[in-house]
Amino acid sequence: MKDPKYLIVFLITLVLVVGEARYSILGGYDRLATTLGVCLATEIVLSWWLRGRVANLASAYITGISLALLIKPQANILWPFALGAFLAITSKYVLTYRGRHLWNPSNFAIALLVLVAADSVAILSHQWGNDLRINLVIWAFGLAVASRARVLHVTLTYVACFLGLALIRNAIVGGPLLAELAPITGPMYQLFVFFMVTDPRTTVSTRRGRMLVVGLVAVVESLIRLAGDFQVPLLRPLYVSPPLLALAIVGPIAMWWDLFRQARKR
Amino acid sequence: MPPASWRRFFAIAAFAAAIAAVVLLNHRVTESAAAWDPIRLREVAHASGIDFVHQPATLDPKVANVAPHIAALGACVSIADVNNDNWPDLYFTTSRFGAANALYLNQHDGTFRDVAAQAGVALLNRAGEGVSMGAVWGDYDNDGLEDLLVYKWGYLQLFHNLGNLRFADVTPQSGLRRWMNSNGAVWFDFDRDGLLDLYLTGYFRSDIDFWHLRTTRIMQSSWEFAANGGKNLLFRNLGNGRFEDVTDAMGVGSTRWTLAAAAADFNDDGWPDLYLANDYGPEELFLNRAGKRFDLARAGLEDDSKSGMAVAVGDVFNRGRYDVFVTNISERGFLFQGNNLRINLLKELGRFNEIATGAVADAGWAWGAQFGDLNNDGWLDLVVVNGFISADSGRDYWYAMSKVAGAQGNIFEDAKNWPPIGTASLSGYERSRVLLNRSREGPGGGFVDVAEEAGVTDRLDGRGVAMADLFNVGTLDVVIANEKGRALLYRNAPHSGHWVELKLIGTRSNRSAIGAEVTAEFGGARQRQVVDGGMGFCSQNDRRLHFGLGNSPLGRVTIRWPSGTVQTLDGLAADRRHEITEPQK
Repeated sequence: MKDPKYLIVFLITLVLVVGEARYSILGGYDRLATTLGVCLATEIVLSWWLRGRVANLASAYITGISLALLIKPQANILWPFALGAFLAITSKYVLTYRGRHLWNPSNFAIALLVLVAADSVAILSHQWGNDLRINLVIWAFGLAVASRARVLHVTLTYVACFLGLALIRNAIVGGPLLAELAPITGPMYQLFVFFMVTDPRTTVSTRRGRMLVVGLVAVVESLIRLAGDFQVPLLRPLYVSPPLLALAIVGPIAMWWDLFRQARKR
Repeated sequence: MPPASWRRFFAIAAFAAAIAAVVLLNHRVTESAAAWDPIRLREVAHASGIDFVHQPATLDPKVANVAPHIAALGACVSIADVNNDNWPDLYFTTSRFGAANALYLNQHDGTFRDVAAQAGVALLNRAGEGVSMGAVWGDYDNDGLEDLLVYKWGYLQLFHNLGNLRFADVTPQSGLRRWMNSNGAVWFDFDRDGLLDLYLTGYFRSDIDFWHLRTTRIMQSSWEFAANGGKNLLFRNLGNGRFEDVTDAMGVGSTRWTLAAAAADFNDDGWPDLYLANDYGPEELFLNRAGKRFDLARAGLEDDSKSGMAVAVGDVFNRGRYDVFVTNISERGFLFQGNNLRINLLKELGRFNEIATGAVADAGWAWGAQFGDLNNDGWLDLVVVNGFISADSGRDYWYAMSKVAGAQGNIFEDAKNWPPIGTASLSGYERSRVLLNRSREGPGGGFVDVAEEAGVTDRLDGRGVAMADLFNVGTLDVVIANEKGRALLYRNAPHSGHWVELKLIGTRSNRSAIGAEVTAEFGGARQRQVVDGGMGFCSQNDRRLHFGLGNSPLGRVTIRWPSGTVQTLDGLAADRRHEITEPQK
């Protein structure tokens, strides 16, 4: 497999199959059918409509699976899956700068849903069985795939920053250290560190830049977490999902700056 | 094709329209209730002489960081006519050492009087013995008097009703002196031998003594699929005042952190089954195989793992079936588990179908729930009480809890790894829900929340809720036990619809008639109810059954007694209470 995209396709399919077989993580195949169907259809229509050719659908497939796994709406409603999928793919064509999209599609859709539709949508936080063995399988495959896809440095930088910042947060807020380290052992982070922060289409152009950006994501995430610990009411919408919202803030700014800087060089 | 700029404009317009759709769909439209006879409830606890306030347990300081979370249970209410005067009485539990449970005797004049101390069922919360978590009434020795089982975090206690408003603690000779961390129990006659058996739910493991902890590894091992809770126990009534542990032989020893259980014949085979609401795990339905064993059914429950708190059983659409309502957790932004309203399709599909939406699904951090026809329109309404920890409203524990909630099981299984809760609230100050069943308006009528219009505005931390026609006027009243709060009594106003109430007395069946099923026919509908031996969350309704009939006359009434006897009654008068004794053959 030359294109790392297909490795990511393999890994997210693995997460889906293991999660569904072991824990019924989807909560209904209608959710998967909706997100995947809307993602693929939107990608086909928009790529043809705006670019005159149908795009490779691997990216839409990854986005569809990510959304189906991460969105946990109220009372079996389906519209967050349909609209989330449509917004995710459309954002690639609409929220662009110099021909590149700025947000990771699923990250954009989830951030928008949890901020704008908090009465209807939460995200996956603990419906993964909390089982160490399953987590280790995903981490092992994930690290291998990240290595082949040449994004391991992004994943490891984020993990290292998270751990370091957890120590700092613990020094600030007190309480059990494991409480600060605990989130990274959860399912949301598996999807986050292997599929979102590493997305080659929405990361900056240089290796050092990618490491810097992902470090900044971890810093912003920590600030959101501290806001949660100190109960800053204004920031409550953010601390329902610190890493995803930190990426939604830092990611596009970094992309814009990178593209801007490249254009100036030329 | 249009020019590129136009194509891009259309894409941007569709993108903006989709965002607008998200905003609009997220906006919840509050439905108004156009009921033909609205529900009107008035809170009269204090005026009725009920000034009971629940006090939480004080636990070993080793779990001080999460003590308000762990000890947020124990406010429960059970209703029974303890002195056979045909007026329902109330028993409340509290959970602090030295604090007294209360037995409020109905004075027939709209007031109640606490007689727990003289009855000998008050001071049950003692160091070394544990604290009360709830109680269920049932005539285990068929002497015509309702006896009392108090389940605890500590030793169970069985009280024999002596008949003069005195109770004797018969736990040692009954074989029930077991240390459990139990939050639920049901009386039911699983082998139909005419003697009430007892099913007890285990929450925390039974080797845990919350006042002398040997370890802090006491919490759930998974937030979704935990099976490291206390073991549920089934005791068979031997008929000589003794009970025998038959849990393993019967196959009902679930360790899934069961918070509530209800017994009814869900698959209509004549034998009472068990439906369990499990915290941190999927619900379980144990089907009774002719009293010989129970089988865990695959009924569409096993893949849907939430935080079950209560089981209420009711014939939601007047189909002559037992549907199930199980409460769960919803918290804006963090978690939408949603309550389950499971429609019984066991006969057709071998499963339940979950249909909860809107106000039924999202009631907050929901606890106790009960079905009952509150406006006598012939359809079962639903009361749900909510709220976990109402403390400092400026501090919220949800974020802190979310740190460990998503983690790997070994971390949060140890209570010492949980962030300190301090004075924070956790889904606090949530209001109770009164959900009016609008099915009379046709299929899809569903439920609508009418709590505010009905006069239910409290924001206490509800736990147990139970219903009874406390004042013998033909309407169901609602009693709520609140954690760390005062008990509430919502008195119902008279309604124009007809009604009938049935008090059943078993002869060949257990005398409490627990498990007896009554199907009332009226206006083309047939509604089925069961005499419960504990239902909801740590609560028990009056065993007298109440049917609202709407504008229809009462048709045939069919009683299926636990013994198997089927009794058909035609021509029963409406708007009256009837006492029906089981025929000898």
